[in-house]
Amino acid sequence: MAATDDGYVRPAREAAVSSGDRGDRLLEAAMGVVEWPFTRLQRLIGLRRMPWVFVLPNMALFTIFVFIPVLLAIGYAFTGGTELLLWNRPFVGFENFSRLLSCGSYLDPATCELDLFWTAVFNTTWYTAFNATGTLVVSLVTALVLNRLTRGKAFFRAIFFYPVLLSPVVVALVWKWFLARNGLLNAVFADMMGERTIFLLEVLWSRFWVVYVSIWFHMGFYTLIILAGLQAIPRDIYEAALIDGTSRWRQFWRLTLPLLMPNLLVVLVLLLIRSVQVFDEAWVLTDGGGPGTANTFVVQFIYETAFATDVRLYGLASAASVLMGLALLVLTLVQLWLGKKAEN
Amino acid sequence: MLGFLTRTRGKSRMDVTDILAWAWLILGTLVIAIPIGWAFLSSFKPEAEINSFPPTLLPRAAEELVIEGYDEPLPAYLWTDETGEARTVGLVRRIGLKATVVDPASPGERLSVDAGAIEKQTVISAEWANYTDPLERFAFLTYLKNSVFVTVVATILTLVLNSMAAFALSKYRFRGSTTIFVLMLSTLMLPLSVIMVPAFMVIVGLNLADNLWGVIFSTVATPTGVFLLRQYMLTIPDDLIEAARVDAASEFRIYWRIILPLSAPALAVLAIFSVIWRWNDFLWPLIVLSSPENYTLQLGLNAFQGQFTVQWHYILSMTVVALLPVTLIFLFLQRYITEGVASSGVK
Repeated sequence: MAATDDGYVRPAREAAVSSGDRGDRLLEAAMGVVEWPFTRLQRLIGLRRMPWVFVLPNMALFTIFVFIPVLLAIGYAFTGGTELLLWNRPFVGFENFSRLLSCGSYLDPATCELDLFWTAVFNTTWYTAFNATGTLVVSLVTALVLNRLTRGKAFFRAIFFYPVLLSPVVVALVWKWFLARNGLLNAVFADMMGERTIFLLEVLWSRFWVVYVSIWFHMGFYTLIILAGLQAIPRDIYEAALIDGTSRWRQFWRLTLPLLMPNLLVVLVLLLIRSVQVFDEAWVLTDGGGPGTANTFVVQFIYETAFATDVRLYGLASAASVLMGLALLVLTLVQLWLGKKAEN
Repeated sequence: MLGFLTRTRGKSRMDVTDILAWAWLILGTLVIAIPIGWAFLSSFKPEAEINSFPPTLLPRAAEELVIEGYDEPLPAYLWTDETGEARTVGLVRRIGLKATVVDPASPGERLSVDAGAIEKQTVISAEWANYTDPLERFAFLTYLKNSVFVTVVATILTLVLNSMAAFALSKYRFRGSTTIFVLMLSTLMLPLSVIMVPAFMVIVGLNLADNLWGVIFSTVATPTGVFLLRQYMLTIPDDLIEAARVDAASEFRIYWRIILPLSAPALAVLAIFSVIWRWNDFLWPLIVLSSPENYTLQLGLNAFQGQFTVQWHYILSMTVVALLPVTLIFLFLQRYITEGVASSGVK
């Protein structure tokens, strides 16, 4: 470390010699080369403008790859054709939106002009409902259990968190093999039921496993957040309850749950936001949304409409993106509002 | 809390909730470990074993016997003769219901026995070819190289660019700094799926389509990283910087010699996250990269499993390769990761 406790900064050469390490000296020389233009620049533009120099590279990439696309996204939704470059695309007004939204009855995807989109919307809705509640319940129970532990807490916390770090492809393949015709589950299942089931080729089973795998994959993350909320509850509240002779069950319903509620609501909205965007692991697990379209979700519709067909309908995909973005925006605003309320 | 409760309630009394809690923990551990463990064990099974049902738990291969007078090792079988005595023999050939076997004790003598009286013998063994074949015969070595390249370069760039931006946003007050920070934060929640099409157009416009640099450049300016580092740098006292300025240190030297070394814990957390993010990335590389020689491991694995659906022995071994780096990082650094997630709420 270059700075000592009193804030004195050792000159670079002295530091390099005192550390005496060859790698350090090499790094020092390299940094000398990097430092030179920065020092010249500082002399040229003055100290006041230096922060811009530091923020600029990051901002440039951020602008190019995030801000500009955000602005363009809306433009794409109002254009048609199959050209990729926005300025080559004809303006079509609300046509993309009206195509997406034209339905005989909104309760029956088959009556819609783009029945695949509405099937995807329906699928995403039930997935979101089951996945969000399932994950919330499992994470809450796990967090409560972990919070009680005095020993082994770090160990179990690590175990439950481990799947979160895996890649969606890995998770999908691990489960695909587990559920395969020759898989472990069938080895157990066949004994009980007398026959093997190809779980991922049956509509109801495949939907069940998509939600199950998703909960398995992500619950550790939400457990950590809820656990942090639980640990923030002051202990003297429980002490008071204990003196009053409150039962544990009552403690949970009357103390823990109300105190945790703001935290849980934020987690729930976060879960909804993430669930709406389901794609990666479900797509690989179900071989592209199958059987049929039983597990086709909105992001898959956007991806396939824009990139995975011969006729690339960027405008239609963008319109669907904008609709999804609006839903996410509402959820994000709800979350910010809840977060603000929790702070007060 | 448990310690506190049991202390006042009397010692070492397990009540119903304790039992339920432990049942939950053990069940949860099994539910998490079994599918991964099953895939791991299966990845060492030879092709014939992987396609057999009911499956064996441990990877097994046919046992072989080296018998004098035979060039090739013979598959081992357990032969139960008419008297009920069982012994291990080598199978020479099987025709219809009859099998020709050789007893290793008397290698010169060939016996003709009932095919129903012999049973194939297996031994526990690992099929390492599952791991070496895909690297040699298929393009997995290329995928692996691409993944390592993207992960390493993107992580280094992320650390450098994000720390520079965080330094400017935490240690200076300049016009527009709040605007920049708020703009970045507002995109924390913005998912890729909403800007997929225009982001791809930008990539095409920059001539970075089907190029690993297209994946790298578009992911390094993470708002999460800037946020994480900025919050940490705010805790570094400004006196240090003032003192350095008095000593005529340039701003870059302050960044490099003071701020960076003092931010090491936050940089470590970001480095861990960045490696995991980039290694696991799927949808964005799927859009940007189109030719197989540019695939990352995740894309290659997905394409391979779509194409060779029955080659599970290869699919599983490469799945294990794909989960190995993340698992090793987690084994050694899990404390930083779980605490980093708990304190910042990112993943």
